[in-house]
Amino acid sequence: MRIGVITFPGSLDDRDAARAVRLAGAEPVRLWHADRDLRGVDAVILPGGFSYGDYLRCGAIARFAPVMGELVPAARSGLPVLGICNGFQILCEAHLLPGALTRNAGLRFVTRDLRLRVENTRTAWTHHYQPGQEITVPLKSGEGAYAADPATLAALEAAGQVVIRYASGNPNGSAADIAGVCNAAGNVVGLMPHPEHAVDPLTGPSADGLNLFTSVVAAVAAT
Amino acid sequence: MSENTQPYAELGLTDAEYEKILAVLGRRPTDAELALYSVMWSEHCSYKSSKVYLRQFAEQAPPSDALLAGIGHNAGVVDIGQGYAVTFKIESHNHPSYVEPHQGAATGVGGIVRDILAMGARPVAVLDALRFGPASAPDTRRVLPGVVGGISFYGNCLGLPNIGGELDFDPCYAGNPLVNALCVGVMRHDDLQVAAAHGPGNKVILFGSSTGPDGVGGASVLASASFAAAGSAGKRPSVQVGDPFLEKLLVECCLELYAAGLVVGIQDLGAAGVACATTELAAAGTGGMRVELDAVPLRDSSLGPPEILMSESQERMMAVVEPGQVGRFLDVCARWDVRAAVIGEVTDTGRLVMTWRGQVVVDIPPGSAADGPVYHRPAERGADSDALAAADPAALPRPADGAALRADLLALIGSPGLADKSWVTEQYDRYVRGDTVLAMPDDAGLVRVDEQTGLGIALATDGNGRYCRLDPYQGTQLALSEAYRNVAATGARPLAVTNCLNFGSPEDPAVMWQFAEAVRGLADGCAALGVPVTGGNVSFYNQTGTAAIHPTPVIGVLGVHDDVRRRLGTGFADGASLMVLGRTAAEFGGSAWAHVVHDHLGGRPPAPHLADERRLAALLAAAAAAGLLAAAHDLSDGGLAVALAESCLRGQVGCRVRLPGDAFTWLFSESAARAVVAVRAGAESAFGQLCMTHDVPAQAIGTAGGDSLAVEGCFTIPLAELAAAHTATLPALFG
Repeated sequence: MRIGVITFPGSLDDRDAARAVRLAGAEPVRLWHADRDLRGVDAVILPGGFSYGDYLRCGAIARFAPVMGELVPAARSGLPVLGICNGFQILCEAHLLPGALTRNAGLRFVTRDLRLRVENTRTAWTHHYQPGQEITVPLKSGEGAYAADPATLAALEAAGQVVIRYASGNPNGSAADIAGVCNAAGNVVGLMPHPEHAVDPLTGPSADGLNLFTSVVAAVAAT
Repeated sequence: MSENTQPYAELGLTDAEYEKILAVLGRRPTDAELALYSVMWSEHCSYKSSKVYLRQFAEQAPPSDALLAGIGHNAGVVDIGQGYAVTFKIESHNHPSYVEPHQGAATGVGGIVRDILAMGARPVAVLDALRFGPASAPDTRRVLPGVVGGISFYGNCLGLPNIGGELDFDPCYAGNPLVNALCVGVMRHDDLQVAAAHGPGNKVILFGSSTGPDGVGGASVLASASFAAAGSAGKRPSVQVGDPFLEKLLVECCLELYAAGLVVGIQDLGAAGVACATTELAAAGTGGMRVELDAVPLRDSSLGPPEILMSESQERMMAVVEPGQVGRFLDVCARWDVRAAVIGEVTDTGRLVMTWRGQVVVDIPPGSAADGPVYHRPAERGADSDALAAADPAALPRPADGAALRADLLALIGSPGLADKSWVTEQYDRYVRGDTVLAMPDDAGLVRVDEQTGLGIALATDGNGRYCRLDPYQGTQLALSEAYRNVAATGARPLAVTNCLNFGSPEDPAVMWQFAEAVRGLADGCAALGVPVTGGNVSFYNQTGTAAIHPTPVIGVLGVHDDVRRRLGTGFADGASLMVLGRTAAEFGGSAWAHVVHDHLGGRPPAPHLADERRLAALLAAAAAAGLLAAAHDLSDGGLAVALAESCLRGQVGCRVRLPGDAFTWLFSESAARAVVAVRAGAESAFGQLCMTHDVPAQAIGTAGGDSLAVEGCFTIPLAELAAAHTATLPALFG
């Protein structure tokens, strides 16, 4: 089982994502932004960070990286893809996920351990959770407020594409307390909180985030 | 000014210094040479007022097997075992942070990170020690959010966890905020790089950002004169502008260059930019260098040689590379989108020669600029010292009953300096890299170095301007003691020391006396504790007009943790037995109680007990390794009362204690060499035995449990009330 982690210039949590993959029992494979090559991996993670310094708009430049030319069609064909924080922003900019991430309501960067509720456990990345399960995972972002027009929000709710919600207060002004969403097929998931920082109680607030990674390992093994 | 007079005074050089340049060169300096000497001989770069004192750190350094590189390098390097070495250093960016808080603080982080990178290490964490004017002052609402935002912006984007530091307020810092940033890096022993240009014919490469007009003269004007003097329009300096994204690329690029063995020597560009990097590399190496200033990539084509030399544009490094490796070097830079240019080569002429548009604009012996002048400035104990010492806090009215003690505790934990710092620390990423085991608000930051063995490093910074104002010698030893104790409280063994010495004008004999006493105290303290000083930084001219800041040496201590899985946090655990370690005396001079409750500063600071600190640290390390403790928290500002409150809130559990003597003294005294520990249920006798073995007095005071902080016979405070008092302050002040 090989799971790719893309490094863009300015990616920061790539090593943490790779560690989470390893702890979930798979082999992390480093993917380079400038290569039009996914190296035959079974799933891909776009990690957190500040790709291209978040200049212009978070994720706006990374979506044009050569590796995205391979990733977008693969994702549309069903490859499991997870975007964390900046990775979520890139997936939105690449139109693999609906909506956009905007400046936090308080206009400040927020690092906080948060209670999250897993709303959709049918995706490739969340089926190891129980429906409605509450988990503790850190959030750390300055532009994490999820935004979409009312029609899109209604459609997401109706289709169960809201995967994860903030469960104890809204830290950044996200619409409908949305912390993460998926595409219609459920193979592409994006979330602002960092499950890769909650894989070991020694270095995070819990190990609650690990199930995202074991979920995809099981999902790929089953195909 | 006559036509024949060079503008040396405007550049901050004295008549005597200008005469010395004439003597060194045997002629008038060119404009470029004058610019170069002015920045290299600035207080900030040359340490000309402090050098004669700083020698004590090396002369009195205790024998240490751990030191791989000491003072004189960009940063000291410490062996932590298992083939790993750690390098760390703290540096000030006080003056730029007052002028432009966001960029000033941001580039302070950037600068210290490049220092660590230049040693060959991967930077793994940062800490910041901050001081501001009164929390309620309008200007503090400008400066503090800007500084915190700048550190957040730069450090987060760079991908370095912020694991600790300090925040305090005092009127003496209004107009002179302190922004001290510490960075720590990790490497394998043989990764150590040198800052020297060896090997005639080797190429000199400038890489990273292009060079612009930002920060021209920052070191000579901004950081080397007090603000009243720098106020004239002609001396208005500009603060550098940071690009953390480029710094991230520069970090990865350098580490790849090191790993490929493509670097002979390397130096970061900070204060005094190209002038400093070329002279220091040349002076430390074969001795000569030829530089073509036309080859320096510029972002403003109107810059001439003086500006190019003095520019403090950020995110730049200078490397010395064998000619045959230049192609590979440039390839690695291209892979990381880092611009690089060959700007010269190493020579054996003993001269630093720079050309621009076909003309020689600099031709100097590099050592003459790198070494700089040395001053023995007059130092004299301040005239107000006796009156200050005589104002004994023993005369202050003390809380008369339990209700008054309760009120004083709530006042302390809600005071800006002791209140919950989440408003600040939530703006910092403490998780990135996935190795942060402890961070704020624990006593020290703790970072895992090796995932397999659990080897880790602990770091803490401490400084107390009030103690140092009362007695700079003892005050500095108390800061050292506290940082040492904070590191020990995690279960780590303290190994080495860095320092950032923040003082007023060295031209004031009373300030110079404070400085001399602080350095003497630190050197003596390090010798007594057995931890060497590996490097540091001096920041003078923190003063507005004749009013200097409190002398504020900020001391950073690095420790090694053999197994971070056995770390101790500060949060109490339900059912644990609470014990106070060390001796408590009635010591209130410079205390938080006197400051917060009575706005009083006077008397004597607590006595340092360095031998006791060593015993306490050894006990804590042994107890952590044996798994006897659930928590440990050092006692310092606000004494036992504040420590109990913090540990209850951190552990989300109350406690019930009975004090064995005068409740006021037990609660609020700030005697040194003390800690409160939570002993695991069932481990009491084993721990008691260990205390006897280590000759540390231990006093059982009660048990953790319940949902209030209860001091028998005095008061009870529900945790919710405690939390409200602790957490409301900073958000109410800063939004």
